[in-house]
Amino acid sequence: MSGGAASVADPLVHLRNLEVSFNGVPALRGVDLSVAAGEAVGLVGESGSGKSVTWLAALGLLPATARVSGSVTLAGAELLAAPSATLDRVRGGRIAMIFQDPASALNPVQRVGRQVVEALRLHRGMDGAAARAEARRLFELVGIPDAGRRLDVYPHEMSGGQNQRVMIAMALAGEPELLVADEPTTALDATIQAQILDLLRRLQSEMGMALVLISHDLGVVADMCSRVCVMYAGRIVEQAPSDRLFAQPAHPYTQGLLAALPDMVGPRRRLAAIPGAVPEPWNLPPGCAFAPRCAQATQACTVPPDFRTIEPDHVAACVHAHAVEKVFA
Amino acid sequence: MSLLTLDNVARVYSTRRGLFGGSVAVRAVDGISLTVEAGRTLGIVGESGCGKSTTGRIALGLERPSEGSVTFDGAAMPAPGTAAWRAMRQQMQLVFQDPLGAMDRRLTIAAQVEEPLIIHNIGSKSERADRVARLLEDVGLRPDQAARHPHELSGGQRQRAVLARALATDPKLLVCDEPVSALDVSIQAQVVNMLTDLQEARGIAMVFISHDLKVVRQVSHSVAVMYLGRIVEQGDPEALFADPVHPYTRALVSAIPVPGPRRIPRIVLTGDPPNPADRPSGCAFHPRCPVAVAACRQSVPQLETMPDGRQVACHLTASSTRMAAE
Repeated sequence: MSGGAASVADPLVHLRNLEVSFNGVPALRGVDLSVAAGEAVGLVGESGSGKSVTWLAALGLLPATARVSGSVTLAGAELLAAPSATLDRVRGGRIAMIFQDPASALNPVQRVGRQVVEALRLHRGMDGAAARAEARRLFELVGIPDAGRRLDVYPHEMSGGQNQRVMIAMALAGEPELLVADEPTTALDATIQAQILDLLRRLQSEMGMALVLISHDLGVVADMCSRVCVMYAGRIVEQAPSDRLFAQPAHPYTQGLLAALPDMVGPRRRLAAIPGAVPEPWNLPPGCAFAPRCAQATQACTVPPDFRTIEPDHVAACVHAHAVEKVFA
Repeated sequence: MSLLTLDNVARVYSTRRGLFGGSVAVRAVDGISLTVEAGRTLGIVGESGCGKSTTGRIALGLERPSEGSVTFDGAAMPAPGTAAWRAMRQQMQLVFQDPLGAMDRRLTIAAQVEEPLIIHNIGSKSERADRVARLLEDVGLRPDQAARHPHELSGGQRQRAVLARALATDPKLLVCDEPVSALDVSIQAQVVNMLTDLQEARGIAMVFISHDLKVVRQVSHSVAVMYLGRIVEQGDPEALFADPVHPYTRALVSAIPVPGPRRIPRIVLTGDPPNPADRPSGCAFHPRCPVAVAACRQSVPQLETMPDGRQVACHLTASSTRMAAE
């Protein structure tokens, strides 16, 4: 599979043939992905497709029962076999991660300001008044009103949206080169989701930080990212610039996902649902994992598909991808 | 005649402010009037705490309104727990977001679908078995899945089983509270299609409560947008989402992330959703409203009917339509 995925010239982070299994059950089956400095990459897929596991594995955050193989490099340096002291400097430092549920990621019995100060002390060696002043600056940067006083409240005294802003402030404390945001707005209301996405977009462009946005929502990813990877059953099945992916999807799964979304304009039509369900990881079909649900599947789909290059920066793991492409052309 | 009518309904809870504070009245739902026609779907959208779930519970008679009245099928809603209420409950069922939480983990799917038939004393044992088999088939479950337990099914299959159980008593009204929010996109489309098919085949009326505007537009015949216990805009879903009038609806519609170019420029509201216990004066939306004027702080705007038939509660649109009429 190596060499198949569209890769950027000089990647900040490069995952190569990353595989993860839990007790012999595969969760990730060979993921190749690169992220350039300052780039926004989206990772979409349904639950269990491996989009979160990819980044937990890359950062060494999976439990000891997980078997991880392959390679993860940050600016050329290998992370997978790295000693924990190295990882401690990378995690929360050069690469920061935020999660879906900010309330459970924050310490409920510690004032939020102190939690940000702790991150500043660990990653930037700051202390005392300087750290507090910097924490306040970060709170202002992420748009927390009345930042000076909000440093002294507990997470339960803030709303979900404000807690997510605190998480983002903490993530920024280490001045990361890459921010991995795992479903950052899924637990938030629509108008608050718009606020947080706006904030992430602004921070990414102002700070020149790379962003990996993990989401089940194709709309969120389309809005935020220049390049999108679609995952299915532990593999990336399609990768393309977002405009192109949404205008001319080549993989039948991506086509199915887009057709299953209700429209917001025009006459209402019956939704084109993808039949069946995602296969269980311990019971994967031979060959293409999507074949049992795919209307275009043929005998050729019983062998694992390689990536086909549809355009220089657009690849799809489907033996029919070329034929599909002709239909759109 | 409408199947379900809520007339100026309000629900007031009292809650304590702080450990030693006095009790405060919270108006979770405040003066709502809605109708649901037989065989049609009413969508209710809004953010958390806007009162959409409370409205659903009042519609089912699970909660008594503090003010106003509920009429179902031509009769006033009996008090919860009474024999009359229990008999009426056969006609109306509820479907929740989390199917696993709504099921008994120790019972098989068939036993759970049969339970409402036993409670309402419907059919003999063999008739009930036939009916359960037919219901499971109607919602697209295989016969062998009848003997399974909830944890052996996927999320989508569980939601189908919950629907089969809700349909067991052949209800006239189904209240669905975020029924597809926990499902993946490809499975969500399957369940949405099934709901519209079942409605067509059985003529069930639905109240569809969701924060997902795209899904609500797909299933509804009319839509009500709620903000802090009140309806701010109500009307035909296609017109309402294509050309929202109330500033809150405009912001909600513009905030939907869509693949492809957007039609309405994004409006990002400042501030958090308000606390029902600390309701702003006048129009509850005014602290976050980008176009609020002085009048919005002073008086509560009432729903007014626009030329295209939709209803909007906003001082600004009300005055502009008045000016146009004059």
